[in-house]
Amino acid sequence: MKKILQGNIALCEGAIEGGLDAYYAYPITPQNEISAYFAEVLPKLGKVFLQAESELAAVNMVFGTALTGKRAMTTSSSPGISLMQEAISYLCGCELPCVIANVMRGGPGLGNISGSQQDYFQSTRGGGHGDYYTIVLAPFSVKEIYEFTKESFLLAEKYRNPVLIIFDGYLGQMMEVFDTESDEGKLNVKFDELTDKGWVLDGAKDRPSRKIRSLLMAEGELEKLNLKLKEKYDKIRANEVRVKFYNVDDADVCIVAYGMSARVSLEAMYRLRKERLKVGLIRPQTLWPFPYKEINDVAKKIKKFLVVEMSLGQMIEDVKLAVEGEAKVYFYGRSGGSLVSSNEIIENIKKIL
Amino acid sequence: MNPTKFVKPKSLRKTYHNYCPGCGHGIIHRLIAEVVDELNIREKTIGIAPVGCAVFAYDYWDFDVSEAPHGRPPAVATGIKRALPDRIVFTYQGDGDLAAIGTAEIIHAANRSENITVIFVNNTVYGMTSGQMAPTTLIGQKTLTTPYGREALRDGYPLKVCELLSVLEGTKFIARGTVTNPKNIIQTKSYIKKAFVTQIENKGFSLVEILSMCPSGLHKTPIDSVKWIEEELIKFFPLGVFKDV
Repeated sequence: MKKILQGNIALCEGAIEGGLDAYYAYPITPQNEISAYFAEVLPKLGKVFLQAESELAAVNMVFGTALTGKRAMTTSSSPGISLMQEAISYLCGCELPCVIANVMRGGPGLGNISGSQQDYFQSTRGGGHGDYYTIVLAPFSVKEIYEFTKESFLLAEKYRNPVLIIFDGYLGQMMEVFDTESDEGKLNVKFDELTDKGWVLDGAKDRPSRKIRSLLMAEGELEKLNLKLKEKYDKIRANEVRVKFYNVDDADVCIVAYGMSARVSLEAMYRLRKERLKVGLIRPQTLWPFPYKEINDVAKKIKKFLVVEMSLGQMIEDVKLAVEGEAKVYFYGRSGGSLVSSNEIIENIKKIL
Repeated sequence: MNPTKFVKPKSLRKTYHNYCPGCGHGIIHRLIAEVVDELNIREKTIGIAPVGCAVFAYDYWDFDVSEAPHGRPPAVATGIKRALPDRIVFTYQGDGDLAAIGTAEIIHAANRSENITVIFVNNTVYGMTSGQMAPTTLIGQKTLTTPYGREALRDGYPLKVCELLSVLEGTKFIARGTVTNPKNIIQTKSYIKKAFVTQIENKGFSLVEILSMCPSGLHKTPIDSVKWIEEELIKFFPLGVFKDV
């Protein structure tokens, strides 16, 4: 079916298609369309909508619903996501599946309400305390917001781990036509829905009682959990990297960008190709796990990379780790909620070509 | 008359507690277990342990129990109850967890009349972290962080949680008991039972505050801790039912 939807609403529809049971959130711009939509639609579907007193409460309500085995989600924007980091660490420690979307705005501090990509570090490095990762999806179109959100619950349950969906405020506010039936943007997560939820707390009826905890005080107990989590993270690294390549095969220089920056980079790339300049684009769809190997393979042939971000350079660190010195990595970025421009990308490419 | 046989409630695990001698938590855990058994709700009860000395409560109760970040049990309980409205959900929280770091969560859960039960253990100190001032520490009371006694001008006043929550329309049963002697223990158990029944009858938010002994945190013997609660603490935190609607 063809739809014309705003990015934030595509997230809502994707979540409902994905089997969302409960949504909790606290108001913050630029993602208020999400709670307005859910407030209207979820009660009609017999699902839970609740406006929480804070982002702390919202994410802990998600924690509560997640431990019952139901599908819970919260959404926010950068400052609100900062407040949630404590609970995200607990969710990872307790291995509870849930989905958290961050419609990123400019920072630090209260920043502004314009779109940005400044939360890359926070999203891909855990964000809270302890040795953990969240799966980070970075859609670049309204269709991808829809598809990624739809499949995010399966991904969360497959690994019993929170999934973050991050995109900037521009993408959240943008409207686009898409076809729900097309394969474009599908993550194709290989996982059957859980039938055995042997960890869920729903009352100890006809089974021994259960506990959910991340507190492991006995000697060696916590390290055992950390190693178990590492094994899980290694599986995610091996199975769940998603990345798109555009005109990389014959390229002399390769742009690396995600989300809105990748959309603008794509336009720049096509314009440069018209000038017969051999430019390619690598677009990570998952920011964690990051496509280190895939980028390293490209770096064996292409010796110049331009990283484009709506920050002053965060993903560039992963690109540098990926190329392992095989290529030179340049940077162009705009910060403070400013949008990257295709003209400036073209200028930067021409400088390094 | 049949002799009363002292048996372990089904909802209590057969294990040792890590609590200090004279601590009130063991008694309160047992009272909850007895009430859960008597109401025949063990198979649909989900408890939430706090951060504090009772963090290990899931090792002592034999029904489903989760941990929660410090102060957030009412939000976690909300998430459980909204997802599974026919289950019995309760939080077990200390004075630091409920009345300091988790003040926003408890007020709003109460104000929404979230259909959960809260067991609030008030021993006036942070026991787990070695006896710092709590929101419920009395004026003049010496703690690790009020070595010269709590001063109102510097440290503020002790927080009266039952009185505070009673004015909210969302609260349906609010009571304060203590566990210093058999009479008080029996009275407190009746409050706990009433609180769970309030939830079972879908009336809304219920809370029982329990003044409890923390000999280690109070730097008193177990007997002196009991005496201090009965002679001093009860004067400031009077016992009884504050709200029953």
